Amino acid sequence: MNFLLNGVPTEVAAHPMARLLDVLREVCGLTGTKEGCGEGECGACTVLLNGEPVCSCLVPVSQVAGSEVLSIEGLRGEHPLQALFMSEVGAQCGICTPGMILTALSVPSVPTLDDVKTALAGNLCRCTGYPAIYRAVMKWRAAEPAK
Amino acid sequence: MSQVSAVGRSVARKDGIGKATGAARYADDLVFPGMLHGRTIRSTIPCGRIRSIRFAFDPAGFTIVDYRDVPDRNVVDLIAQDQPYLVEQEVRHLAEPILLLAHEDRDKLAAARVEIEYDEAPPLFDPEQSSHVFKAIDIVKGNAAAALAGADQVIEGTYRTGHQEHIYIEPNGVIAVPEDGGVTIHGSVQCPFYVIKAVRCLLGPGRPVRVIQTETGGGFGGKEEYPSMLAGHAAMLALKSGRPVKLVYDRGEDMVATTKRHPSIVRHRTGVTKDGRLVAMEVEVILDGGAYVTLSPVVLSRGCIHAAGPYRCDDISIRGRAVFTNTPPNGAFRGFGAPQTEFAVEVHMDRIAEALGMDPVELRRLNALRPGDTMATGQTLREDASAHLVLDAAVRRTDFTRKREEYRGSNRGIGLSLFYHGAGFTGSGERTLKSRARLVLTPTGVRIAVGSTEIGQGTRTMHAQIVTDALGIPYEDVEVAQPDTSRVADSGPTVASRTCMVVGKILEECALEMKQQLGGLAPAEYYARHGALTVERMYEPPDWIQWDDDTYRGDAYATYGWGCDVAELEVDPDTFEVRPLKLTTVQEFGRPIHPALARGQIEGGTVQGLGYALLERVVMKNGAMANAQLTNYAIPTTLDTPEIDVVMLTNPYPGGPFGAKGLGELPMDGPAPAIVNALRHLGFDVREIPATPELLAAVPTIP
Repeated sequence: MNFLLNGVPTEVAAHPMARLLDVLREVCGLTGTKEGCGEGECGACTVLLNGEPVCSCLVPVSQVAGSEVLSIEGLRGEHPLQALFMSEVGAQCGICTPGMILTALSVPSVPTLDDVKTALAGNLCRCTGYPAIYRAVMKWRAAEPAK
Repeated sequence: MSQVSAVGRSVARKDGIGKATGAARYADDLVFPGMLHGRTIRSTIPCGRIRSIRFAFDPAGFTIVDYRDVPDRNVVDLIAQDQPYLVEQEVRHLAEPILLLAHEDRDKLAAARVEIEYDEAPPLFDPEQSSHVFKAIDIVKGNAAAALAGADQVIEGTYRTGHQEHIYIEPNGVIAVPEDGGVTIHGSVQCPFYVIKAVRCLLGPGRPVRVIQTETGGGFGGKEEYPSMLAGHAAMLALKSGRPVKLVYDRGEDMVATTKRHPSIVRHRTGVTKDGRLVAMEVEVILDGGAYVTLSPVVLSRGCIHAAGPYRCDDISIRGRAVFTNTPPNGAFRGFGAPQTEFAVEVHMDRIAEALGMDPVELRRLNALRPGDTMATGQTLREDASAHLVLDAAVRRTDFTRKREEYRGSNRGIGLSLFYHGAGFTGSGERTLKSRARLVLTPTGVRIAVGSTEIGQGTRTMHAQIVTDALGIPYEDVEVAQPDTSRVADSGPTVASRTCMVVGKILEECALEMKQQLGGLAPAEYYARHGALTVERMYEPPDWIQWDDDTYRGDAYATYGWGCDVAELEVDPDTFEVRPLKLTTVQEFGRPIHPALARGQIEGGTVQGLGYALLERVVMKNGAMANAQLTNYAIPTTLDTPEIDVVMLTNPYPGGPFGAKGLGELPMDGPAPAIVNALRHLGFDVREIPATPELLAAVPTIP
């Protein structure tokens, strides 16, 4: 099975129905993608599949053949949202943070608060109650509108 | 060495960037050579005895553990020693651990079938029918019965709260690694020293135990006592197999088997004068403890002490009991009994206001505690009591009185709650605990070595800020050790809003002592000239604290945090869905050490309280959670969460580091009663939570 993982052509040997989540964590060794519920409800395992956020616990790896997958490691710690999630305390315990950040990448370039809430509605956070996450996302967009 | 102080500023967090890059390592991220995966086989009945066990799989390659493999004592060592690690004969609740399996192949492990036959016995699910009392508490001030008889009016009510599931986004998980004839536990835990005590009791002498906290994906009390069970299980599998064993629950198992907030029934009888003074309070508190004692006695204790609310009354009787039922044990959850009893008293206060035709704010102003007043246990409040401060600020900020009138007759309601939370262990608890903190000089600065865990709330950062300012060195020169029982001091459990106020205080004292020893040298200079230096100190609670555990008289807590929440909401007249519009929360907790982290505690706790009030319903069937999925147990999402207006007021506590009190639990106490009081304002006579649309459709309306 071949796909583009964080920009790198990748070949994995895995059962076609293996969860993308498990392949990323156990075959590729990328443990930044977290399992929170295993049923697509919490969003902790979110990755971008051809640019769209998906729950990697619900995606059989065979579905990503020939596609582009971006996991949190693909941002290499260089994306401004990553620092903002820490400084604005959008991350407390941090377990939802990788998925939350990847989902947040899809908010519109000049978002309203409602846009941010709608974009993140599939990602649960139990620590922050969300306002600090909004602050991080709004600061990022204010400083760096999408092209 | 002059610098800008760290305390009071939202400095860079000591967590670094790892949580945002995926580099932070949680329990499930760790892999050890030769590691097996573990699985727990659990009871499928709530009450009875095991008749037979049959393995319907080929056991080759499996490690199988049952109670006969327990090396020393088959009890989880906590308050009582009644809960077994593994069932021997008697099953007391559904999902009780009976057998442990381990295998290197998770698919084979999951496919293994174990058939267990039982002799079932009739289960007990109703706490009011339970005569098996884990703990009873009687708090007496004056003579409530006599005062009730003399009151102008008596208002009665019964209030109920349901289970609440923690839903830390990282489920429980540990790895046990055989080492030196014993085990090292790596795990998602709040209290490494609880785990080591429990596993030592299980394994017995001669087997060294070490516990290392991994990055922990949320706790909220849910990783206070349960990880001792998990760690014991993994330890037994590791010892028997001779290999590392990872035991990580999936969400369903975590929801069914681990602890939840205690359901409660609270009855109030309150005598008032016709002008609204509280003259007598009789309160009965019943907590459903589940099948084993676990922490129920202390949850009941905190619940009862807070049960009269932040009000002055000369004659109070509070009687509480935590009882047995055939359900999985309930346990620690942020607030620890107080959210239940403060819900009851705050909804009751609005019902008293209704009965008297009084404004709920005026009723509270007339009765709220002030410095110098005595509480139910006889404790006299000091200057750091702020009930009026937070009440007045919240009422003013929300324009409460005007909105209360303006919303009348619309589908919009506004309600408030006044609440408080004792910081630290109850009564003589901190004196008994004898927590210790350690500060170690390094070649480049100092290292904090305490067992207090970072579980998202900001322990590392806040402790480093306190040490920075007490020692007068750059913040960057302070590092924080990973909690590892072989390398840090036992600073007590990370619970009870004590990590800042109590452990932070010991660290402040360590830093002051170290500063003296450094004699004006910077840490690195001292280290280069004189070598290593370690300062360790024990916590000394304020000397004025008097407490009697038998009579429940005295100073229940060294200090209290204070809060007032205002909820504004709408109810859909067709679907009875509640749409929260805004939550305003005014809280006084001494002073914030790190304002952004403190705000995060308040916002996060407030939203947990919102879920508790409206969404989070645990459906029990045959004694266990039937909706053990995030699909049908709903916690607040972004779309359920309204604007939250946070106000942090200052009233320093002289016994805390830089004036700080505890904060972690306080925000959990207020939202549910404020929301239900807003529903009352709309005419819904709600006396239980969660107030689901189904409940709102069924409750009587208030004329």
